[in-house]
Amino acid sequence: MALLEIRNLNKSYGGIKATDDLSLTVEPGELHAIIGPNGAGKTTLISQLSGLARPDTGSILYKGRDISSGAAHRRAHLGIARSFQITSLIMEMTVADNVALALQAREGHSFRFIRPARKVRHLRDRALELLAQVGLEDKADRPTHALSHGEHRHMEIAIALAAEAELMLLDEPMAGLGTEESGQMVELLRGIKGRHAILLIEHDMDAVFALADRISVLVYGHIIATGSPDEIRGNEAVQHAYLGEE
Amino acid sequence: MTMLRGRGWITAIIMILLAVLPPIFVATGNAFWLDLATRLVILAIAAVSLNLILGYGGLVSFGHAALLGIGAYAVGIPAHHWLYGGGPEWLQTTSGWLQFPLAILAAALFALVTGAICLRTRGVYFIMITMAFAQMMYYLIVSIEEYGGDDGLVIDQRSELPFVDFSDPLQQYFFCFVSLVIVLLLVRMIVNSRFGMVLQGAKGNEERMRTLGYNVYAYRLTAYVISGAMCGFAGALLGNFTTFISPEMMDWQRSGELMFMVILGGASTTVGPVLGAVVFIVLEHLLSSLPEPLGVYWHLPFGLLLIIVVLFVRGGLTTLLTRRGDR
Ligand SMILES: Nc1ncnc2c1ncn2[C@@H]1O[C@H](COP(=O)(O)OP(=O)(O)OP(=O)(O)O)[C@@H](O)[C@H]1O
Ligand SMILES: [Mg+2]
Repeated sequence: MALLEIRNLNKSYGGIKATDDLSLTVEPGELHAIIGPNGAGKTTLISQLSGLARPDTGSILYKGRDISSGAAHRRAHLGIARSFQITSLIMEMTVADNVALALQAREGHSFRFIRPARKVRHLRDRALELLAQVGLEDKADRPTHALSHGEHRHMEIAIALAAEAELMLLDEPMAGLGTEESGQMVELLRGIKGRHAILLIEHDMDAVFALADRISVLVYGHIIATGSPDEIRGNEAVQHAYLGEE
Repeated sequence: MTMLRGRGWITAIIMILLAVLPPIFVATGNAFWLDLATRLVILAIAAVSLNLILGYGGLVSFGHAALLGIGAYAVGIPAHHWLYGGGPEWLQTTSGWLQFPLAILAAALFALVTGAICLRTRGVYFIMITMAFAQMMYYLIVSIEEYGGDDGLVIDQRSELPFVDFSDPLQQYFFCFVSLVIVLLLVRMIVNSRFGMVLQGAKGNEERMRTLGYNVYAYRLTAYVISGAMCGFAGALLGNFTTFISPEMMDWQRSGELMFMVILGGASTTVGPVLGAVVFIVLEHLLSSLPEPLGVYWHLPFGLLLIIVVLFVRGGLTTLLTRRGDR
């Protein structure tokens, strides 16, 4: 059984069909990349999967259960984590606090009023471990707004990792990164690949072809092809619709 | 760290002055200043409670005065029935053991019911709807003639508690002062707890918190109720202090004053609202007692000052006093 199965999903904004009869699966442990031109509806898809946007019709099956109407916070508890294309962090908190909040979210409720959060050892220790994994351990106690764009992108990944989610939805983790930083990010993703199923949205073709097990091509909200990197490279419709323009 | 130490000394100075000055006022026969200090400390409790949701939760509630009023009426109504009869028998009492818990519970309940609705809205709508609920409470009290309608209600007998005599001004003051210290410690504990982190996280980035798995609504509602309970308690103190309560206490102008205290002192620190209350109350007094014709127009310089602080001192007076030129 697929970990995630999307069936005939539709979503419109006014007259724009952002998602058009979209069907797709993600297998356990698979890295499934989605490519497509600007405005193709990639972020809209991720938002519907993470529960921040609601599909008009169609279903989203996670481990066989329909989750398409569940609240965002419930989906997180089912094991779905996401990162944001436009960095979405808590800027006034420290780097470690951001990661600790992601860890804390996994431990049932947070109606805990007495112990200072920063003195909860296992949260702090694990947050530092995750930050070390993305190369930010020495920035742990800096306020988040003081970090660079590239560092924010790495924080996004550390937070997605903190959830220990079975399914990670990564929305353009390399957006706005320079070549060197992109290279670091590819290595980072290569390191976590296989341990989590990943739905990766990315414009960086080198990264996509290097990392993906399967690639789907999204154009005007509809998937026009799905296949292995080689199949996609050789697909004429794809070359015509998308790769040719690059 | 320097910031923390900076705030530490402000807290220390304010609290020491609040502990030391009132006995001096009494010894030197300045009953008026003791009164001012008592009112100040009570309103500081209300402002600190408002700051839990405003400063740390990012929820701009414009109806907090309603909770003060509810707390005050929870003292006044039982005292009224105790003297004049009527009402259920359990309510006919001047015992603080009933009145204070009643004030806290009634305010918490009001916060729960109204918060459950308000927190479904955002931004300006939230501000407007919190204000609307407070005005509803105002008109409800105005319409109840038994409790004086808009003429208000005199509290003939203050709350009775074994360890404090509310009719002794200095004892009353210290009861309020100790309450303020406890409320400050409680708020600081909550803010630093895991619950507090969630509350602040949701202020910074609600969408992120929801994707992490937090039911932001439930956490905010809880904070709203805690804040309401604390403010209800402050209301019970206020009723005992003024011994006269009227719907006017719940007016939106009063809510605005509490908000000003918070913003004036600094919403990002637990002690900020106390500083705000001190400056607000003392300035209000000094400016309004200027010689004619200045004294009549004291609202003008006062308003200007508030605008200047809000516009130019982001983070309020606490930030201004602790700034080290590093930002
Ligand atoms: N909240 C919204 N309201 C109205 N229209 C929207 C909204 N979100 C997305 N759209 C529209 O839906 C379409 C798909 O947008 P989406 O952001 O999903 O594209 P994308 O593939 O992620 O693009 P990019 O590569 O630029 O990130 C666009 O035409 C966009 O204008
Ligand atoms: Mg996008």
